[in-house]
Amino acid sequence: MATIDVAGNAVEVDEEGYLADRGDWNEEIATEMAKIDDCELSDNHWEVIKFLREYYEEYQIAPAVRVLTKAIGKKLGPDKGNSKYLYELFPYGPAKQACKYAGLPKPTGCV
Amino acid sequence: MLLHTVNKSPFQHAALGSCLRLSKDGSAILLIEDGVYGALKDTKISADIENAMKTKKVYALEPDIKARGVQDRVLDGITLIDYAGFVDLAAENKAVEAWL
Amino acid sequence: MSEEMMEEGGGGVIKKFCYINRKAPYGTIYALESLEVVLIGAAFEQDVSVVFADDGIYQLTKGQDTAGIEMKNFSPTYRALEMYDVEKLYVEKESLEERGMTADDLIVPVEVLSSAQLQDLMEDQDVVLSF
Repeated sequence: MATIDVAGNAVEVDEEGYLADRGDWNEEIATEMAKIDDCELSDNHWEVIKFLREYYEEYQIAPAVRVLTKAIGKKLGPDKGNSKYLYELFPYGPAKQACKYAGLPKPTGCV
Repeated sequence: MLLHTVNKSPFQHAALGSCLRLSKDGSAILLIEDGVYGALKDTKISADIENAMKTKKVYALEPDIKARGVQDRVLDGITLIDYAGFVDLAAENKAVEAWL
Repeated sequence: MSEEMMEEGGGGVIKKFCYINRKAPYGTIYALESLEVVLIGAAFEQDVSVVFADDGIYQLTKGQDTAGIEMKNFSPTYRALEMYDVEKLYVEKESLEERGMTADDLIVPVEVLSSAQLQDLMEDQDVVLSF
């Protein structure tokens, strides 16, 4: 299994960079994963990442992008619950990329 | 005596019915996996199990009961056991007959 | 499929899709597989109905705790179906009764239908997928 180096510790990830064990997650891991993608995490990124972690805790699923967009809109308002805003934050695809930093599996239905 | 195990739902398979019919009085029956649905109150097969309990000892595996959210519906008189208890039962009996 | 595709949906003809769930969770893989197919299929924005009959109603039992069997408890995911626009959940009355259960024992709101009503519902579908 592949690993990434986080503050001297080897953290196990799958072949696409998703965390192998969700229980391993911490903010340093998220920051390191983002760095690998040349992405620096702002408060706006963290807001989505934390939203996703809460969503997973509640429903035991990483939401599809359509569902994520709608749910973010409900919680954080329409200026954040839209594709443009989320794609600007996570250009590799908001659900896929944000779920990765949040330590969740890839959303069901994404290939 | 034999320890009989049933891992199929009584509503979709004949395994529990066959087990009840073909197990001797005094033997132990352990319900596991989907077999634990046979341990519940107010179902259409509850009376069959209650009848069997007059002459046989019936157990259900607690982790399987809890996984399925049915801990509050288990029939009185059924003993819940854990994995260690499963091992003890297997050791106490001459052999295990698994009704698959 | 790409995230863009999933976002835009099909845009074609809308068909009536019906998923029939008749197996208990955990003992076999059918329940989880069906749930995943429903979630993936939701991207295509069809007219989806999900039916729970026989042991399938056990998928929706409240209070599941799988820590002891080291499997994932996927029952909370049924509560997410609404957000995937899968809103038509049906449970067969006879199956509930045979198991001494009522709709109050289930983790999501459902519509309870008799066998006769379910016959009509299934007859009315374009595609029926059975698990």
